[in-house]
Amino acid sequence: MSQSLSSPLLVLPDNNFRLFTPAILLIGFIVVPVTGSDYWLGAILVPFLILSLAGLGLNLLTGYAGQTSLGSGGFMSVGAFATFGLVVHGGVPLPVALLLSGLITAGAGLLFGLPSDRIKGFYLMVSSLAAQFFFEWLFQKFPWFYNYDSSGTIELPRLSVFGLDVSSPVGRYLTTLVIVVALTWFAANLVRSQTGRSWMAIRDMDTAAAVIGIPVYRTKVLAFAVSSFYLGVAGALWAFIYLGSASVQSFGIARSFQVLFIIIIGGVGSISGNFIGAAFISLLPLAIDHVAQHLFAGHVDAGLLQNIQKAIFGLLIILFLVREPDGLARLFKSFGERLTNWPLRF
Amino acid sequence: MRHLRTTSRVAARLVLLLGLVVGLGASARAEATKPGSDSDKQFFPIASYRVGAYASSGVQIWAGLIDYFRYINDVEGGINGVKLVWQECETEWTADKGIECYERFKHGLNGAPVGLYLPNGAPAAFALTDRSYTDKIPQITLAYGRTEATDGRVFPYIFPVVLTFYSEASVLVNYIAQREGGLDKLKGKKIATVYHDSAYGRETLEPLKLLSEKYGFENIQIPVADPGNEQSAQWRQVREAKPDWVFLRTWGVSTPVAIKTAARFGVPVDHIIGDVWASSEEDVIPAGDAAKGYLALTPYPGGTNFDIHARLRKTIIDTGKSDLRDTKSFGSVYYNSGLVDAIIQVETIRAAQAKFGKRPVTGEEAQWALEHLVLDDAKLKANGAYGLVQNLKLSPADHEGGGAARVQQWDGTKWNLVSDWVQADRALLRPLIDAKSAAYAKEKGITPRDLAAGQ
Repeated sequence: MSQSLSSPLLVLPDNNFRLFTPAILLIGFIVVPVTGSDYWLGAILVPFLILSLAGLGLNLLTGYAGQTSLGSGGFMSVGAFATFGLVVHGGVPLPVALLLSGLITAGAGLLFGLPSDRIKGFYLMVSSLAAQFFFEWLFQKFPWFYNYDSSGTIELPRLSVFGLDVSSPVGRYLTTLVIVVALTWFAANLVRSQTGRSWMAIRDMDTAAAVIGIPVYRTKVLAFAVSSFYLGVAGALWAFIYLGSASVQSFGIARSFQVLFIIIIGGVGSISGNFIGAAFISLLPLAIDHVAQHLFAGHVDAGLLQNIQKAIFGLLIILFLVREPDGLARLFKSFGERLTNWPLRF
Repeated sequence: MRHLRTTSRVAARLVLLLGLVVGLGASARAEATKPGSDSDKQFFPIASYRVGAYASSGVQIWAGLIDYFRYINDVEGGINGVKLVWQECETEWTADKGIECYERFKHGLNGAPVGLYLPNGAPAAFALTDRSYTDKIPQITLAYGRTEATDGRVFPYIFPVVLTFYSEASVLVNYIAQREGGLDKLKGKKIATVYHDSAYGRETLEPLKLLSEKYGFENIQIPVADPGNEQSAQWRQVREAKPDWVFLRTWGVSTPVAIKTAARFGVPVDHIIGDVWASSEEDVIPAGDAAKGYLALTPYPGGTNFDIHARLRKTIIDTGKSDLRDTKSFGSVYYNSGLVDAIIQVETIRAAQAKFGKRPVTGEEAQWALEHLVLDDAKLKANGAYGLVQNLKLSPADHEGGGAARVQQWDGTKWNLVSDWVQADRALLRPLIDAKSAAYAKEKGITPRDLAAGQ
């Protein structure tokens, strides 16, 4: 689980790849919007980025502070419904509403983090299910949360950021990218700050952490709050930037598992792992589907084809986890290290 | 190294700024269907679900749909000679996958344009509402989706054709009136509605309230929380109320549980009327003998006695071309719902071709055709769907066009039709719908179309 502290953002080793981050940003902000089609931007990259952000949120809690949670979907729904409430009932502009709903979700996360004082490990994970089911029930039961809409869904009047209309696929993509980049930058610095180091101390051994003077309980609860902030923002983006309209079904238990799988596959306790994991979870099934449609559509029973795709995806997950239990981020890193030292590998 | 690092940081910031400018500038592009090898064909995207919780009903729906498309291609040689092509995309009945499928398909397939889109699932339908207008591709939500989309002034590209939940409530009351011997006999009667406590289930609260005030029956509403696999409390309440009729608006597992629990509490099953989503074989078979005599409303009745089934059996089923792996499902309620989906799509394209020429049509042309779609008895007899599909007459102001359902009864092995088309009192409910669509328009800042000026 432990990860080098030097450069959580960088997948590849430092010295020879100093330009890696700017290169990624260059591609993300210029090459992709100019060359990408609507399908790529709106239907593939936007959900990928938002899932990465959600993974990042959970990773701060699980990977860095060592607190397990299955409530990610629930916290994402808080962010979505809070944004909706702020915009529709309060008339707050979208960027401010996003920030505030992140803070509201942080408050909710803080509340559900309180039991972490006494409950640990898998038991905490089970108790975090309470958050998941509570929010699902809350946002379904009380129509006020969705403004008495007959379909039980929430959607925003129009997507505008500081007066600019961002409802086009490129607008949605860039909005998401800016937020994700900013929050990733913050997270990368946070885990290297005193807070992050306290989290890791607690993760590795909370008794030892207490002995060296870290306020264990407060730090844990803070991890819940920060993690929920990220999840809340991710939830709001998922509802309004990607889906356009959402209901509690968009944030069910399946979403919580999806976010958990992202961090397990990508790498627990790693920043770049969230992006790799989200890419794996969201892009690989699409890639398999496109290949399958191209090769087999019409020749193989469609239902069977879908189930085979699921099986192949599952097999790939097992394969990668057997190859590298620490997640794909570690796999990429060691691959990068080998590449740097090539041809003198040893 | 230090120097390089600073430079790269500056570069990164510049890139960020530049990217924003260039990106937003490039956002105005639009893509049209690119010419390709299938430019002379009409593309029918199928947003299907063959895995996940609803797969068992899904496989039958897509089989009905695909069998009819094959029939049109192989037997009738396409729609006026324009062949159909289709491709599936797995949505798992979710919004996020549904959006991906829509974005994948909206520019057509190998040059064949998209005329119509069926989101096939409420979450995807709600999420795609805005895109229908942006992309000018009409969306059909058959027997689900937004009731207020009936108002074509506010929802120009959304078509809840055939039957909305409001009309369903009215059909129920009219059917009960038929059984009781007239609308005036409803006075003093008790109708209990056991409903799934979700947006779907709550949708009939308002119309039933209005109808009970008008006709003077007692309106009892009993919610069942999701998933509804324990309903003793609800049915005890039903028995205490001793209603004359029970309207069952559950779905999924809650339907067979409701039927079984009703039997346990002695509520007569032949006075329980299921709604559209509680009217398939999957809803009654798990309930076993308790379901014998159960009634259900449906806009796509089960059975193989319709003319189209004879044609399909001869040309598709018996020749081994069917998409069904087990042809026992031929004529099931879900299979027939797929047929109805397909028939309405094909007839819409046909109507568009009559106006715009015998070639593949675009979304805008299909939207015109849907708004002027007329399916009368003569047309339904010609395409073999008489009895299976109700008469439809849509207009720019009315995107539902039908508003009728038939009642079928389960005899333990199959559904038997026990009524003709029962028509909803749509004029009575229209003010409620207009109020909802006006509220939607206000919330979203939409100016309703002025139909007098446009037509």
